[in-house]
Amino acid sequence: MEIIDILLTANFWAAALRIATPLIFGVLGALICERAGVLNLGIEGIFTAGAMAGWMAVWLGAGLWGGVLFAALAGSFFGLIHAILTVPLGLSQHVSGIGVTLLATSLSYFTYRTALPDVSSPPRIIPFQPLDIPILSDLPFIGPALLSQTALTMLALVMVFVTGWVLYRTPLGLAIRAVGDNPSSVEAQGLSVYALRIGAVVAGSSLMALGGAFLTMSAFDAFFFGMINGRGWVCIALTVFASWRPGKALLGALLFGAFDAFQVRLQTEVGAFLPSQVFLMMPYLLSIAALIIVARKADYPKALLVPWFKGQR
Amino acid sequence: MSSAANPSLKTSRQLLLQLAAITKKFGPLIANDAIDLDLHKGEIVALLGENGAGKTTLMNILFGHYVADAGTVMVAGADGILAPLEPGAPQAALDAGIGMVHQHFALAENLSGLDNIVLGTEPIFRLRRDRTKARTKLAKLMAGSGLNVDLNQPVHKLTVGEKQRIEILKALYRDARLLVLDEPTAVLTPQEADSLFATLRQLAATGLSVIIIAHKLAEVLAVSHRIAVLRGGKKVGEMATDQADRRSIAELMVGRDVPVSRRSERAPGKPVIALRDVTIDRGDARRSLHGVNLMAREGEILGIAGVSGNGQAALAQLIAGLDRPDIGSVEIFGEKVTKFDAHQFAQNGIARIPEDRHHDGMVGSMTVAENIAIEDVRSRDYQKFGFLDFEAIRKRAEHAIVDYDVRCPGPDAPARLLSGGNIQKLILARVLEKSPKLILANQPSRGLDVGAQSEVHRRLLEAREGGAAVILISEDLDELLTLSDQIAVIHAGHVSAAIAAHDIDRSELGLMMAGQKKTDENTPRSGDPA
Repeated sequence: MEIIDILLTANFWAAALRIATPLIFGVLGALICERAGVLNLGIEGIFTAGAMAGWMAVWLGAGLWGGVLFAALAGSFFGLIHAILTVPLGLSQHVSGIGVTLLATSLSYFTYRTALPDVSSPPRIIPFQPLDIPILSDLPFIGPALLSQTALTMLALVMVFVTGWVLYRTPLGLAIRAVGDNPSSVEAQGLSVYALRIGAVVAGSSLMALGGAFLTMSAFDAFFFGMINGRGWVCIALTVFASWRPGKALLGALLFGAFDAFQVRLQTEVGAFLPSQVFLMMPYLLSIAALIIVARKADYPKALLVPWFKGQR
Repeated sequence: MSSAANPSLKTSRQLLLQLAAITKKFGPLIANDAIDLDLHKGEIVALLGENGAGKTTLMNILFGHYVADAGTVMVAGADGILAPLEPGAPQAALDAGIGMVHQHFALAENLSGLDNIVLGTEPIFRLRRDRTKARTKLAKLMAGSGLNVDLNQPVHKLTVGEKQRIEILKALYRDARLLVLDEPTAVLTPQEADSLFATLRQLAATGLSVIIIAHKLAEVLAVSHRIAVLRGGKKVGEMATDQADRRSIAELMVGRDVPVSRRSERAPGKPVIALRDVTIDRGDARRSLHGVNLMAREGEILGIAGVSGNGQAALAQLIAGLDRPDIGSVEIFGEKVTKFDAHQFAQNGIARIPEDRHHDGMVGSMTVAENIAIEDVRSRDYQKFGFLDFEAIRKRAEHAIVDYDVRCPGPDAPARLLSGGNIQKLILARVLEKSPKLILANQPSRGLDVGAQSEVHRRLLEAREGGAAVILISEDLDELLTLSDQIAVIHAGHVSAAIAAHDIDRSELGLMMAGQKKTDENTPRSGDPA
């Protein structure tokens, strides 16, 4: 009974949405890259770089939105590295992606340590504050769940819509979906495969970085080592779960957020019987289960992972 | 150059395209060697040549997929004045009114036909797509050309013929003045091919110029106004179609007389493989066999006739040792097989020429030499102290390249660079050099040009002379009737009794392939063999 009660509180759903926000950014970014045919395993590092860059920009006085912009730029920088290695040079997307993750993570930690050599507790910034949107907040049930969210969560929700619109309603999205299925179809119609793929990876990476920025500028107010904690990898799995669709990406991220919020609350209810690690494991176990069910039928973009070279036969 | 030497080709019509001295090399291979070609408005030119003659390369240069090492491409503008085309830019080719239908369709399968056609024709940074205009224009084009297809279906749901129509519509939608078709009939049924030709002639009559790449003579004679023949990267001849005759073109293409294969009379020896009441049920009709009895004897070619997808794949898998029967048994040299294992079967002298030579016959990223040795890496001939003896492998490959006339840059070239015909010769070399007891040849000449085809036939007959049994699975009746001693027909997983090839005629065979028994030709299909 208490379990049902948990699920019915607005407080629970507010937490679920809060946990889901960085994942929404991450999955959207990953699916844009993959729709164009490029797997971006740099995501974990790009999260870290976004978290670090956004926070540091604010700390240096750039303002919150300046921080967001700076995080996005950091993301596109690492995205560009990955894109150059994998698109025109056609190197292994796995190897390059993991390389970018290591590079971006290390560079972020290095920058942090260089800027703040002797601090024991990380300096804090004033993060994004919960918004009070007049009409939305008055809605029953949804209202309270949205009430405690910050502008970045709203941005994530808007980006779901924007990504969906671009992919399915614009000529650009059409070209991105085509290039991920059969690059030759795009080249035969006079468009540049390289430009489309590089563009998609750069744009996707900047979205990923916003996921990281949310952690330091909204969920918390400082940068810690290891704070990304595998969120990027979860996004890669959720992308498959979402079948590369923005709407389902939102659903997947919310599902994961809900599992996570649920396990925290469950711990306080039945924590006496089981060690807390079991609960921490739960969202990941459930995502693996969900993935097994969904991914078996997954319809991968056909050119995913396949390099394409101009003029090669 | 050669077109200027042939004044009968000069027409009063407007010159649309002029290729001059186009040369393109891939490593040491000269794919195009100073090729000239002209094209006029409303003209259909057939580019004829064997696989690897350089036809596709030339068209890929025209369309900007490749950049030529030398030579110029001139295209007439709207004013009729020739201007050079920017090399290496498909967009420039499209802008100049050149549309290309690739042999391997350049379609995104996840998108609808309409999306594929419209892709790239609208400004890319736009908030919306307007399809009403596109639909109106396409409806008009479809009505005018007879190229009807459901534009809203995702492409992966369309048949091959429909995909091709989308490809042609793609070009017409961009107001193409020149349409290049690369081997358009390779994937079509005869009826679809006829309707394609009708469409092309109709479009040419309205002023569209067409270049059609082909290697089948009959088709070329049926559709084109003019024929240009390529061989080994050079243009070796050009003529008006109404002045061309089959035999001389065939010789031009191949560069020599095409030998006609003949079977000698020869008494068959003892059975090599026998299938006894074999049933394999895999649910899917394509992969099932029902109560099959079959026997292949030494020095005999057993033809298996049938429309593809009637159980040939199951039969081939079984004979190669890749599958086991659910019911019934297989005997090799009179001994019942207990262990179905491909390696074991190969040890017993069974060699296969697989149906999909690119996919099952070779490893594209490995070298020609490695592909020659790939089935026998366990053999002592290729080993030295337990390691691969690359010197021996290389030597073997060099021999194979010469003996089987495999045209390739060398033994160290990656096999994916080879054309289909040369891959098949590579496979023949690998298979026949082992002096197999049984050769399983599955569609061995499908998609090959005249020269390569006759080479395959000659080699199979040679193996038969040497006492090997051959099981020849084919859809090509001419091939079956020329080569086979006995022919059995496969239909829906049932195999008829083998009939001596000289007792059978084409129409009878055709009817049996469609599912009618030999004895009652008047019964329709409902009398499926029990």
